Amino acid sequence: MLAAVLTPFVLALAAPAVRRWAGPAAGWLLAAGPAALTLYFATLLGPVAAGEALSFSTPWVPGSGVMLSFYIDGLSLLFALLICGIGSFIVAYAAAYLHGHADLGRFLLFILLFMGSMLGLVLADNVITLFVFWELTSITSFLLIGFNHREARSRRAAVQALVVTGGGGLALLAGLLLMAQVGGSLELSVLLTQGELLRAHPAYAAMLTLVLLGAFTKSAQLPFHFWLPNAMEAPTPVSAYLHSATMVKAGVYLLARMNPGLGGTEAWQTTLVIFGGLTFLVGAVLALRNTDLKLMLAQTTVASLGLLVLLIGVGTELALQGAMAYLLAHALFKGALFMVAGSIDHGSGTRELTALGGLRRAMPLTFAAGALAAVSMAGLPPLFGFIAKEFVYKGTLDGPAALAVTACAVIGNALMFAVACLVGFKPFLGARTATPHAPHEGGPGLWLGPLVLATLGLLTGLLFNATERLLIAPAVAAVAGAPVPVDLYLWGGFKAPLWLSLATVALGALLLWRARPLQAALARRLGRLWGPDQGYDQFLDGLMGFARAVSARVQTGSLRRYLLLGFAVLALALVSPLLRHGLGAASFAMPMGDLYVWGVALLTVAGGLAIAFTQSRLVAILAMGVLGLAVAFVFLMFGAPDLVFTQLMVETLSVVILALIIARVPVSENDTRGWGRAVGDATLAIVIGASITLILLAVTGVPLDMSLSEYFAAKSYTEAYGRNIVNVILVDFRALDTFGEIAVVLIAAVAVLGLLGPRAEDKAAPESSS
Amino acid sequence: MEPLIAIVVGALFAISVFLLLSGSLIRLVMGLFVLSNATHLLIFVAGRLTRENPPLIAEGMKVAEAGIANPLPQALILTAIVISFSLFAFVLVLTYRAHRSLHTVDTEAMRVAEPAPRAARLRGRDV
Amino acid sequence: MNSIILRTASPFLVGLTVLFSIYVLLRGHNEPGGGFIGGLIGASAFATYTLAEGAAATRRALVLSPIALAGIGLLIAGASGLASLLFGDAFLTGQWWFPAFNPELKYLSTVVLFDIGVYLVVVGAILAIIIGLEDET
Repeated sequence: MLAAVLTPFVLALAAPAVRRWAGPAAGWLLAAGPAALTLYFATLLGPVAAGEALSFSTPWVPGSGVMLSFYIDGLSLLFALLICGIGSFIVAYAAAYLHGHADLGRFLLFILLFMGSMLGLVLADNVITLFVFWELTSITSFLLIGFNHREARSRRAAVQALVVTGGGGLALLAGLLLMAQVGGSLELSVLLTQGELLRAHPAYAAMLTLVLLGAFTKSAQLPFHFWLPNAMEAPTPVSAYLHSATMVKAGVYLLARMNPGLGGTEAWQTTLVIFGGLTFLVGAVLALRNTDLKLMLAQTTVASLGLLVLLIGVGTELALQGAMAYLLAHALFKGALFMVAGSIDHGSGTRELTALGGLRRAMPLTFAAGALAAVSMAGLPPLFGFIAKEFVYKGTLDGPAALAVTACAVIGNALMFAVACLVGFKPFLGARTATPHAPHEGGPGLWLGPLVLATLGLLTGLLFNATERLLIAPAVAAVAGAPVPVDLYLWGGFKAPLWLSLATVALGALLLWRARPLQAALARRLGRLWGPDQGYDQFLDGLMGFARAVSARVQTGSLRRYLLLGFAVLALALVSPLLRHGLGAASFAMPMGDLYVWGVALLTVAGGLAIAFTQSRLVAILAMGVLGLAVAFVFLMFGAPDLVFTQLMVETLSVVILALIIARVPVSENDTRGWGRAVGDATLAIVIGASITLILLAVTGVPLDMSLSEYFAAKSYTEAYGRNIVNVILVDFRALDTFGEIAVVLIAAVAVLGLLGPRAEDKAAPESSS
Repeated sequence: MEPLIAIVVGALFAISVFLLLSGSLIRLVMGLFVLSNATHLLIFVAGRLTRENPPLIAEGMKVAEAGIANPLPQALILTAIVISFSLFAFVLVLTYRAHRSLHTVDTEAMRVAEPAPRAARLRGRDV
Repeated sequence: MNSIILRTASPFLVGLTVLFSIYVLLRGHNEPGGGFIGGLIGASAFATYTLAEGAAATRRALVLSPIALAGIGLLIAGASGLASLLFGDAFLTGQWWFPAFNPELKYLSTVVLFDIGVYLVVVGAILAIIIGLEDET
């Protein structure tokens, strides 16, 4: 199973090379991988339908209980089949659609990476595994939407999708961890059996909110629906795959997956039904408003996702059957329709509905696929879309507020009916219109995928018994958490669902008849309305403005102010422990007898004061020398010959470099501070100096732990054969530190060389002599 | 003698802070020089002071005698001296370079990377 | 600097000081000295030479560019640490070789090699700065 998840990743890495090698055949070659995976998953259909669940687990971060674990039940198998099956056609389609594109290799890389991530997401059992793959799908989606990265619109759409879905992903992580904490396991298969515990816990509201945020952003539910239409900037294969059939369904998948654990409460039901229903209606209306084929399809996807969320929210057995049936039907017809739209665009050069017509002669195969898929989307028998719609109505009639929810479903479905007919038939029927290209049918890559998917929509409908047994029933069982009797049918007699279907078709036909003026009116009314899309921009602008305001305040660009702030904090940090703990056992004993030490101490301070207060450059340099020498004397008096040597040599070299520099900077270094500022600075300086002295006294007042020094003294000769303990510490015991330090010295020299030499910004810099 | 040297350390720290705040790059470099010397002495005092017994193992002995100076802070200070010397040289050259490019050593006048607040706000608007 | 005394004396002075610096470097394991101090002494020797004879003369005397010298030093120090890996010890663990003819000789070790690396880095880095500054006009 791990191999199945890894296959797309391996293929992805090979994709650019395969593309260079195999040229036009690359698409077919690479499509063979997911096709083989589809077959593999198909062989699991029987066992899973018989109630088996397969799992695989290997430690990932064992310390935190994170396992790389996967789990296959009816729900994940349905998704895995859709991902791999549609994926193989998409790969072939993409290779044909982007034929000759310079970056096709990169595109195939991304799309296969996405396929692996999505597969990992639906098969994941561990919540951390789930989250990682969840975010991977967001990232690959970002890369794919931004594929035409030279277009500002693509970049904006890509970033927007990443911000929305990535942000939701973070909420999801928090929610999942909360669930894991309460449920006592990171494995979903365990967690979901703890439904009672989770739902009764006080943190249930928080879990629910966080998980729903993740699902709603991913599946483009109101009010986060705006990113999905914008994501249509991506090449059409991406829209067909990620933004209709698979990735956006991840949110729906999550809700379905969580249903046994979090579902069934009133909060769950109300939230999902309201948000799903609103999304369904808004999406369907917006779909009719647009005239760009892809945008219309994108908005119907938003609507369909809303319907799925609504059905999962209703949560009765019939509603879940409706959800799973609609999920399958939608993936098949929407994937096909997107590819059809892409083929129309590819063949004729436009996606504008008003500019298209009469393509049936030029693109017969595409027409067949489009018509078949549209009939399924419209919900007409004998296609699977019809069965799905029957069960959608059975589900809404079964749940709470049945009247309102069913009315919502009928209106939404009628709108979808109209859009389906517009997208699937309008471009092909009627009189030929002038298009940018002479319309023509593309290669097999372009028509095979949509045709197969649309035909599958027909076959699953005709062979509804097999569909029911192998796909829908196991999936519903997984969502419900227990086996549920499912009985799909094409003909259910003259009962309520059928009447509702007829009403839907009638209403849809009416809308279709008045489509043109309706679209114009909608475009007029909704054109100027504020929407979350603008809200997103305003939010980002606000964030940027806030960041600018903060950095303008914090980063004034005044070095003096930075230093002042730093030293003020330092003073606070030094003074507060003194005030809290006092001086402890500090001793102030200063034997007057040792005049030598007193002399050196006075010399040191005198040197420092001279540096600070002299107005003469020469005196300052001399005073620095005095200070350095005096410090060397301190080292000498207290038994540190190595330090004396080092200090003296550094002293000499410092003066050499100082002399070289000062000769080249002919600016007075006089203190330009006014009296007030100088006094303020001096006060701060004295506070810092005095507290350092006091703290140092407090430190020397307590006994020193000499164990390390004694260890070095004892081992220096016996183990490292050196009598100079300081040197042995440097080159042997702590050689790694020394190694780092000489690296710093070298880096300083390199940096200096970088600063020297002529620069463009210098005024008439002469070439150096070397 | 720790208290006496501790007072010297405090005095040197105060002087270096005073110099660092002055706003002239040359005085800032001098402040850095005083600061590093103060820091070396700080470490030295914190490791306790022992008169005139360097941390060497006498010829013929295998282990150091009792009463030698603490070798650990000396090793720390030795590398610190070399490092702060590198830093000192680097900052000096930086001062020189800044003066050559910007013709000033006044830190408040150096506004290439971070323009004055008002200008920053005006620039930020058209970004 | 145009002092005739300095210019005359500097070659000898430099030779002696460099010799002294190497002595200080090698004795460092047992007495005050070592790579840092030796390196600083060596650097000051060449610094004197640079002030007296100019940057070009120092560059000729050094053969290699100072920054390359420093880089080689860092490499030597790092390589001396790698030797211990061959014997299964951690990086930079000291390794000694006690030759049969004089087992008391305690100079043949990776530790001394490491100190030589330190010496070269210090000499090279400081000279790179001084020569670089001297080159500026």
